Amino acid sequence: MPAPTQLFFPLIRNCELSRIYGTACYCHHKHLCCSSPYIPQSRLRYTSHPAYATFCRPKENWWQYTQGRRYASTPQKFYLTPPQVNSILKANEYSFKVPEFDGKNVSSILGFDSNQLPANAPIEDRRSAATCLQTRGMLLGVFDGHAGCACSQAVSERLFYYIAVSLLPHETLLEIENAVESGRALLPILQWHKHPNDYFSKEASKLYFNSLRTYWQELIDLNTGESTDIDVKEALINAFKRLDNDISLEAQVGDPNSFLNYLVLRVAFSGATACVAHVDGVDLHVANTGDSRAMLGVQEEDGSWSAVTLSNDHNAQNERELERLKLEHPKSEAKSVVKQDRLLGLLMPFRAFGDVKFKWSIDLQKRVIESGPDQLNDNEYTKFIPPNYHTPPYLTAEPEVTYHRLRPQDKFLVLATDGLWETMHRQDVVRIVGEYLTGMHHQQPIAVGGYKVTLGQMHGLLTERRTKMSSVFEDQNAATHLIRHAVGNNEFGTVDHERLSKMLSLPEELARMYRDDITIIVVQFNSHVVGAYQNQE
Amino acid sequence: MFYRLLSIVGRQRASPGWQNWSSARNSASAAEAHSMALPTQAQVVICGGGIMGTSVAYHLSKMGWKDIVLLEQGRLAAGSTRFCAGILSTARHLTIEQKMADYSNKLYHQLEQETGIQTGYTRTGSIFLAQTQDRLISLKRINARLNVIGIPSEIISPKKVAELHHLLNVHDLVGAMHVPEDAVVSSADVALALASAASQNGVQIYDRTSVLHVMVKKGQVTGVETDKGQIECQYFVNCAGQWAYELGLSNEEPVSIPLHACEHFYLLTRPLETPLQSSTPTIVDADGRIYIRNWQGGILSGGFEKNPKPIFTEGKNQLEIQNLQEDWDHFEPLLSSLLRRMPELETLEIMKLVNCPETFTPDMRCIMGESPAVQGYFVLAGMNSAGLSFGGGAGKYLAEWMVHGYPSENVWELDLKRFGALQSSRTFLRHRVMEVMPLMYDLKVPRWDFQTGRQLRTSPLYDRLDAQGARWMEKHGFERPKYFVPPDKDLLALEQSKTFYKPDWFDIVESEVKCCKEAVCVIDMSSFTKFEITSTGDQALEVLQYLFSNDLDVPVGHIVHTGMLNEGGGYENDCSIARLNKRSFFMISPTDQQVHCWAWLKKHMPEDSNLLLEDVTWKYTALNLIGPRAVDVLSELSYAPMTPDHFPSLFCKEMSVGYANGIRVMSMTHTGEPGFMLYIPIEYALHVYNEVMSVGQKYGIRNAGYYALRSLRIEKFFAFWGQDINNLTTPLECGRESRVKLEKICSSSLWWDHANHGRATEHRGKVLPSCYAACLEADLIRAGLESAKDITCSGPRLP
Repeated sequence: MPAPTQLFFPLIRNCELSRIYGTACYCHHKHLCCSSPYIPQSRLRYTSHPAYATFCRPKENWWQYTQGRRYASTPQKFYLTPPQVNSILKANEYSFKVPEFDGKNVSSILGFDSNQLPANAPIEDRRSAATCLQTRGMLLGVFDGHAGCACSQAVSERLFYYIAVSLLPHETLLEIENAVESGRALLPILQWHKHPNDYFSKEASKLYFNSLRTYWQELIDLNTGESTDIDVKEALINAFKRLDNDISLEAQVGDPNSFLNYLVLRVAFSGATACVAHVDGVDLHVANTGDSRAMLGVQEEDGSWSAVTLSNDHNAQNERELERLKLEHPKSEAKSVVKQDRLLGLLMPFRAFGDVKFKWSIDLQKRVIESGPDQLNDNEYTKFIPPNYHTPPYLTAEPEVTYHRLRPQDKFLVLATDGLWETMHRQDVVRIVGEYLTGMHHQQPIAVGGYKVTLGQMHGLLTERRTKMSSVFEDQNAATHLIRHAVGNNEFGTVDHERLSKMLSLPEELARMYRDDITIIVVQFNSHVVGAYQNQE
Repeated sequence: MFYRLLSIVGRQRASPGWQNWSSARNSASAAEAHSMALPTQAQVVICGGGIMGTSVAYHLSKMGWKDIVLLEQGRLAAGSTRFCAGILSTARHLTIEQKMADYSNKLYHQLEQETGIQTGYTRTGSIFLAQTQDRLISLKRINARLNVIGIPSEIISPKKVAELHHLLNVHDLVGAMHVPEDAVVSSADVALALASAASQNGVQIYDRTSVLHVMVKKGQVTGVETDKGQIECQYFVNCAGQWAYELGLSNEEPVSIPLHACEHFYLLTRPLETPLQSSTPTIVDADGRIYIRNWQGGILSGGFEKNPKPIFTEGKNQLEIQNLQEDWDHFEPLLSSLLRRMPELETLEIMKLVNCPETFTPDMRCIMGESPAVQGYFVLAGMNSAGLSFGGGAGKYLAEWMVHGYPSENVWELDLKRFGALQSSRTFLRHRVMEVMPLMYDLKVPRWDFQTGRQLRTSPLYDRLDAQGARWMEKHGFERPKYFVPPDKDLLALEQSKTFYKPDWFDIVESEVKCCKEAVCVIDMSSFTKFEITSTGDQALEVLQYLFSNDLDVPVGHIVHTGMLNEGGGYENDCSIARLNKRSFFMISPTDQQVHCWAWLKKHMPEDSNLLLEDVTWKYTALNLIGPRAVDVLSELSYAPMTPDHFPSLFCKEMSVGYANGIRVMSMTHTGEPGFMLYIPIEYALHVYNEVMSVGQKYGIRNAGYYALRSLRIEKFFAFWGQDINNLTTPLECGRESRVKLEKICSSSLWWDHANHGRATEHRGKVLPSCYAACLEADLIRAGLESAKDITCSGPRLP
């Protein structure tokens, strides 16, 4: 290890600042402090706010470091062999196949592939997938954290429970409450499909459970007796809002356990976007908060692929969001509420979980920080109040819900964080996944029908098809395949191994400048089942 | 009716296309003739007009039963029979299968003469190629068996192979087996010929008639409900092939027939430039996973791939089977293998890739016999793609079974009753057939265990034993330890452990056996079938006295080794019975007897008695303490003297072991060694096991498995039911006179008459060769030699 590393690490780890530090970097960094050949110079805008400047000071060291490091290393040293590249790409891949059923409970989902590639260390993206056990349907979601991974982690653990509970009929809620009351075993609500690296925090589970229980108790109390059909859209919105509310409340109330107390604060002061799909038969709901995206892959009659976007990004590129923000705040703030394409000049996504700095009143923020643990007090970022902070809240976790009724031509759904969408056009994403999936499963079958074919010719043809299958499709997982393209694509749209190898061998401190965390879930639909649903009606 | 049938056949023959779909369609008019009203009554209703159904009808009618109705849902000889590749091969792994195939061969040979219907029978002979030495050993074993039952066959050199078949590439061969009398034949025509012969003998055949379900009253078949009305009958025969499973389950009293279909592909080509002669031998290249036969001057070639495609898991309909897709990508490995074997075929033009589903069973043996649950319900199905080869023989045995109550050969290995409802899960079948189908051409080494569908029934000690290195085998769904791998020893990977020679576990088993003889071992024997028979009065004793050959009126606490004998004196079951008290008995039988023994008892128990028969297999964990120090272990655990004075051999007592009370301790070990069986209510199993192991430590106790048990039994000459003795073996023939209470045997009993007339002396020792073979095999393995099977099978029998 060259000397600069030793210099650098104590610096970045000298206090609990590292996380916050990451935050500081995020705020700019997501687009401000990265000067790399791959990021256009136009993105390098600097905010001149004084608080900001102090905030960014350590960055200079960091720059020196990176310069030094680059200097010291030779390109050969980082050249990875294809197996090494594969082991990096496949480290987080996960596939789930919906088990075949005996013709009764056929699922409209065949299965899903998911994967993530870190750029931050540790990665701030999270993913979740689970089957609802007390209602029908399956939940899948990607979560992009910022200012640390605390919030995205908490949302990835908790959000699906909130959604599942919101979907439960009154009787089931009662049953669950009675079970808890009398200490009986609970009905399982969700069956998780997790990669071994996807963890749940054990320490907070009790706290999280109590908040969830309060939620369903309120749902039970609110029930007026007349059992109405549960509207998925409404359930999704309620669940999102409720979870964000609980995150905020838990941070305000605090916890006697100092570890937990610090955890809930970290969760509240960091942030996360969420893009969640709920699939039940042909009914597909996408709830989105922030700038992750859900894309439907549609196969046209001629076999070509087209992309249908099922979510709107909540950022400065979205006119309606700009409009909304301006309406929600007084005219006087019209100019300051969004500056340099960021919320209050700071935050890229316009909707998010956590981020209480954009939600709480200044008083509340100060009170919580003062009464909070020392780590929080030492932290420049948490103390710092966003500029032009007059009429909070500026940020909401309320999702925008889109409904889509699945058709047989809808073959798959891609849920991915902005790390993917920044590097690839949606049309390319859908084409690459579509070709991958059909190549895997439906390479056009050969039929001899009427032609004169000799055994030798047929053998040649089949061998060719097989080698094609094995070379092109070295990935067993559609998400991995997509990441390979996202990271390794050259200007011709094909995977360039050298480029892929370079991108993956970046030291973890550097990677974030060239790419963002990428998290992808590819859900494959069963066209036969979808078609059968259609025929039923 | 018969003439119409003939006309179908005639038209089919007239067009050169074998399996000609269009001619079959033309025959629709002929089929209409049979759609007249069904009879309301018949003695036998056979469901299925494929080769199995027609063969059963043919044989039944030959044996003098006339009142038979055969129903077919589509047309005669459709389904798998129509798509069959038409290879008749006698080279099978089981002797009973060889006998069936041999009979079929002889039957089809003369069928054309008998019925006047052309069957396309051509004696081509077949050649089984060996690419490896292990394969050659496998072929030698089959060869020896074939010679024993008088089917000519020989092991030949690659050079000879090239002379017999000029297209073959023989460079990579180490040898081959030639079976000159094997044949090719059109299975559809055979079925039609059998049907027409049966029809001449009075069998009524109705096609386009589906059986909806079978009507059962009091566990007895009473009739059949079809889509064209009801037929009352006494016997029902399920020959529904791929549909047999569903038909079995459609009854109110379901009959489990465990089978599952897989797609099977074969290729048809146009004729060669110089068309192949119709006498060109059939080639089986098992190492290349393919078979090749001549077909109309070209070739027909298919195989059994490594990655089969199971289908119809969720049920199926008649239409689907006709429209299955060709899947060339799936066929690619087989095609490569074909071109490697016959490189000159490169230029041969393809005609068609046929996808014909075949049914497979969980153990790759066909299913025949009477349902254990419904009397009069017979089954013949699940042919594992050898339907043509088995058709004649299997039909004959089943017909004999129905007419005489017994087939003329021992068919236990094929008996439906070897399965129970537990093998009937669709998931299980789907997974298992994916393993069975490749096995068709895999090397069949001794002691091979299936890997799929495992861990279904386990003892409560399973995890405990597994953690101590147990390797498992499965019997009737029950996991049993084979042996225990010591922590410091590594065994070969599964695939590499396949051998005909000394297995890598041999030393392990040897030390287990040694421990049984010198110290003490514990074997988990929970899989054994356990029944309890109780009554309020003396009925239990009376019934058992009637059913079992030995005297069971023994003092309470005694154990009797005995057998359940049939009318011919053969062993239906070999078991031990403990008299628990005056009116209740505890019966221990082999694991695979669970269904058969239950059915036999139920069949022979008086209907209206207050006799209670209960299957308590699951209630007890059985631990077998074997060895001279077992006495010490048990007396230390129970504070009771266990010496022979206090606890004589073949004695049963309830006592406490450790903290657990009410453990049934029996002074027998099933091995001839000293020791005890402990029948432990399952909740105490772990406790007793732990106690035994910790107390036993100072006596050198260790775990042992079934291989050790087997070895001990063989040394003591203890026969295994189903392997050494069967329902054709009488006690006299296997030296078990001592287990028969002669005074009980009624003097009119057939087998005893035979015995008195010297048959027994003549046949005494009949069973010995197989027992001897096992011994010899053990000795040879010990010496590191090749398996003894082929030596003893072809060698002289013992005196």
